[in-house]
Amino acid sequence: MTATVMAVDDIRRALTRVAHEIIERDKGAGDVVLVGIADRGDDLARRLAAEISRIEGTEVPVGVLDITFYRDDIGLRAEAPEVHETAISFDVSGKTVVLVDDVLYTGRTIRSAMDALMDLGRPHKIQLAVLVDRGHRELPIRADFVGKNVPTSRADQVRVQVTEVDGTDAVTVDRAQEGA
Amino acid sequence: MNEHLLSMHDLTADDVVRILDTAESFREVGTRVIKKVPALRGRTVVNFFLENSTRTRISFELAAKRLSADVINFSAGGSSVAKGESLKDTALTLQAMGADAIVIRHSSSGSPLQLTKWVDAHVLNAGDGTHEHPTQALLDLYTMREKHGRLEGLRVAIVGDVLHSRVARSLSWGLVTMGAEVTLVGPPTLIPPDAPAWGTHVSYDIDGLLPKLDVCYMLRVQRERQRLEFFPSVREYARLFGLTSARAATLPDHALIMHPGPMNRGVEIDSDVADQPGSVIEEQVTNGIAIRMALLYLLLGGTGEAAAA
Repeated sequence: MTATVMAVDDIRRALTRVAHEIIERDKGAGDVVLVGIADRGDDLARRLAAEISRIEGTEVPVGVLDITFYRDDIGLRAEAPEVHETAISFDVSGKTVVLVDDVLYTGRTIRSAMDALMDLGRPHKIQLAVLVDRGHRELPIRADFVGKNVPTSRADQVRVQVTEVDGTDAVTVDRAQEGA
Repeated sequence: MNEHLLSMHDLTADDVVRILDTAESFREVGTRVIKKVPALRGRTVVNFFLENSTRTRISFELAAKRLSADVINFSAGGSSVAKGESLKDTALTLQAMGADAIVIRHSSSGSPLQLTKWVDAHVLNAGDGTHEHPTQALLDLYTMREKHGRLEGLRVAIVGDVLHSRVARSLSWGLVTMGAEVTLVGPPTLIPPDAPAWGTHVSYDIDGLLPKLDVCYMLRVQRERQRLEFFPSVREYARLFGLTSARAATLPDHALIMHPGPMNRGVEIDSDVADQPGSVIEEQVTNGIAIRMALLYLLLGGTGEAAAA
């Protein structure tokens, strides 16, 4: 059974609110850089940057981070995980880096992303913004900015679609069948 | 991906694209301050080089180190091989020491394939006799794709000692797989008799071809592999097939000049030509590290078992 938990407008409003929260928390966006985790996190990061620019008039640099090389399950899966591009054209040292991802689940991706970021420089702070927090953390990691908390069971499939990749904006949950 | 990298014949067009795309990401790692990622932490890569090599060995060593793998370099001189140990016994020793991948260069064609029958480790062919040198071919394909934006339909001439060249074999087969149009050029004595079966054209005249090329790939004259005289003199070879400044001037502006190295300046390529803007010989070396990182990652990054799902 598939349920839509966020539609186009919900996603837009959530991103607008998160953009406001980032500006509020970081007292303007002067030292803020956004780093989206490929893929889809980077698209969300670009949208947040556009919102921040609209609200505050500050242009926030956006980078794309691929965390594949930092995963903790390399060699445990049948195939080597697919590699994406990392493109961070600015220095992260001394900055407040807001990591942006679509779904926060076990926290392992974020752990990898923090390791990857540390190899690129020494940020002043790292914060985390996610569109959906679905729970079930396996590491002591929490998000600073959350679009929506979506309670799930581990067997559920949460799917985030963004226009840039999927042609539409939506967050859906495939609920696992009873007893399945 | 396959379990080993032995021959370009084993790779489909999709495999090649996947390797080149993966290498793209690894090249970015080479531009960082910290040129190292933890992807292959705890894996052991053995560089087993039984034939002289500088660039390929160093390139593989750097690739493995940038992936955080442990690297052991093992060459013939001063090792048990010099004491007369057989290839099999040496291979079994490496196996017993827990090598996850063995990168082998050997003067006998087919030795990497033979090695796969004795060990469980992933085997990467770093050049076997006059047979194949797939990692060189892949880094060349990467360089061509990067500069021209495509491989399909590219007009490529591979010029020189095709007969003794493992680079020419691997590269021709790779280019044909990717839909490029390949012409082998050289003295008839140095063009293998089975060349037409490779899906390539053959020509004995370099001058007519140059103005139509997208890539002019010069091979090294391998004097050390020539047991017989295949051409009367090096001077005559240089005059008939060498890429001189005058010849290079007839290439289209967008054409690339490539060479797998090491170059014999003044024989197959003039010194001025090797250093001119169309020459991407140094970039080939840089791209080689990214390609080898991609291959080690793709081979060692999975369990190799069929997906459970």
